[in-house]
Amino acid sequence: MDSPHAPAGAKLRKALRQWIPQILLLAAALGLLWWLGHNVLENMRARGIQAGFGFLKEPAGFEIGESLLDYTPSQAIWRAFLVGLLNTIRVALPAIVLATILGTLIGLGRLSQQSGLRAACGVLVESLRNIPLLLQLLLCYFVLTSLLPEASTAWHPLPGVMLSQSGLFLPAWRCEGACHWELPRLEGFGIEGGFALTPEYLAVLITLTLYAAVFIAEIVRGGIQSVSIGKINAARALGMKPTQILRYIVLPLALRAIVPALTNQYLNLTKNSSLAVAVGYPDIVSVANTSLNQSGRAFECIVIVMLIYLCLSLLTALLMNLYNTRVALKGSQ
Amino acid sequence: MISTSLRRLLPLALALGALTSPAAHAGKTIDAIKQRGSVQCGVSSGVAGFSLPDSQGHWSGLDVDVCRAIAAAVLGDANKVAFVPLNSQQRFSALQSGEVDLLARNTSWTLTRDASLGLSFTGVTYYDGQGFLVPKKLKVTSAKQLKNAEICVQSGTTNEKNLADYFRNLNIKVKPVVFEGFEASFKAFFAGRCQAYTTDISGLAGIRNKEAPKPDDYVILPEVISKEPLSPAVRRGDDEWFAIVRWVPFALIEAEEYGITRANVDSLRASSKDPGIQRLLGTGEDSGKLLGLDRDWAYRAIKAGGNYGEIFSRNVGPDSVLKLPRGLNNLWNKGGILYAPPIR
Repeated sequence: MDSPHAPAGAKLRKALRQWIPQILLLAAALGLLWWLGHNVLENMRARGIQAGFGFLKEPAGFEIGESLLDYTPSQAIWRAFLVGLLNTIRVALPAIVLATILGTLIGLGRLSQQSGLRAACGVLVESLRNIPLLLQLLLCYFVLTSLLPEASTAWHPLPGVMLSQSGLFLPAWRCEGACHWELPRLEGFGIEGGFALTPEYLAVLITLTLYAAVFIAEIVRGGIQSVSIGKINAARALGMKPTQILRYIVLPLALRAIVPALTNQYLNLTKNSSLAVAVGYPDIVSVANTSLNQSGRAFECIVIVMLIYLCLSLLTALLMNLYNTRVALKGSQ
Repeated sequence: MISTSLRRLLPLALALGALTSPAAHAGKTIDAIKQRGSVQCGVSSGVAGFSLPDSQGHWSGLDVDVCRAIAAAVLGDANKVAFVPLNSQQRFSALQSGEVDLLARNTSWTLTRDASLGLSFTGVTYYDGQGFLVPKKLKVTSAKQLKNAEICVQSGTTNEKNLADYFRNLNIKVKPVVFEGFEASFKAFFAGRCQAYTTDISGLAGIRNKEAPKPDDYVILPEVISKEPLSPAVRRGDDEWFAIVRWVPFALIEAEEYGITRANVDSLRASSKDPGIQRLLGTGEDSGKLLGLDRDWAYRAIKAGGNYGEIFSRNVGPDSVLKLPRGLNNLWNKGGILYAPPIR
């Protein structure tokens, strides 16, 4: 503890001791960054490699299989990157929501009184979390594509719904002048119209969801088990019903243990979505790979992808931290 | 998994190499090769006919034979080659960073690559073009009928851009399904995910004849939608090495023109009175000195794997699974466009 009566000289020395190492560290870090950046540019110049981010304004020239935006090959490369980014978000966000719901259910299942359900959830968790994600992804994709019929002989499980190797097609609500339900239909070699979920998208979504869900299940189970039995007994003694105990005692306490670990899983899931390129889903990595090859700007493309993942992760962490401060016990550290 | 993630990281590692290594000093690749005792040759990780390792790890293919001929010319031994398998994304970074001495990786020579990547293409070793493979049962006879079709393609190639250009020009909409891995791309096609598969025609012949469950169920469409001149490439700024990589394939083409084969190269060297043959095989003027090599450089290159025609028929022609016709890759005086500048 700092004494309020310490002589001014001692205070100054203490401030210096605190600040000088930090300033030196910052200077060293900045110096290292500058040296690396300078060296890259110098080396690339010496080897006759053109550098810079100007290529982002050139026309992309390649087609992208699925896009949330209107996109044509004549548009700029940065727009192709944007399409890829949206595709990454389009698969990661639903996967996070689904994995949370499914993971919670599996986690509760592992704590169930019924031994059959408990065992089934245990087997699911142990098998899925111990097999590399890439293998699960490839397996899921090739099972999907070999089970489903070709587009020309698509299944119609429900009116207006078509399921084939071209994907799952649902009716879409379209408003061009008058609003109507647009049904998918066979046209040429493929299926046109409606709302399409390709096998690549489905494979990535299913695998990411399951893989994250089994980790989340363990986190939920651990969180619930961390609530001491004494608190539950106390609630029982007060005459609370089991649902009330879960709602008012167990969950608020368990969430404190769950949320920080959950954040990790969300970050992992988003980063794992980069494996999508293996099954041909046009995520940000896939688009960057293509741009990298068309333009030859390896360094720039990799830097862009790294920054995008960094931003996505920081954003996820920020939101989760905000939520964490809400569920943390007020006034306690 | 580990090897896959490492492979995915290689471009980054190479880029980081550029971060930390001191400024490259140009030139003298040949000195490094002689000191090392082997040529580092960047090849594909497995394209039938061009570079493919067998179960014992022995590489074969047209690109592989070009590397071997260069090693024979430079080091006197066709086996002193270290083959470095590279995927489409890694290849240029690997060459730029000095990981490989040359790239012989069925790589198309284009203006962008030649002018902006710090490398130089040395000369075409195979004239290819992009085409389409379709299942026969679709009864498609022309690429123009592929309206609304899904087309499987591998990422990181010139193929994606050609595909977009071709169908945009025809005002036909198609959906590409882009795979990172070569294997995954054709497996998805054979599983029926796409109605067509596109890559260079030599590649189509390879996957049709080697990978298809029943090759006869698939047909290559007549349209050739692009020019794909496949050429080795070297780092820019080392003219001596550039000249060697350029002239060894020329010597192999010249040998075919003179009728010099792997079998008769020794007897021709001992007995031929043709001044052209004498110059090529080192019994006449010393052509090697000008390249910084000895006089037997071309003799050893031919002895290693035969002339260009032999290399062609063994790897992609009638003696191979691909069974591709010579077509453009025949000599200029036999209906093709292969024309080596004279060695004199």
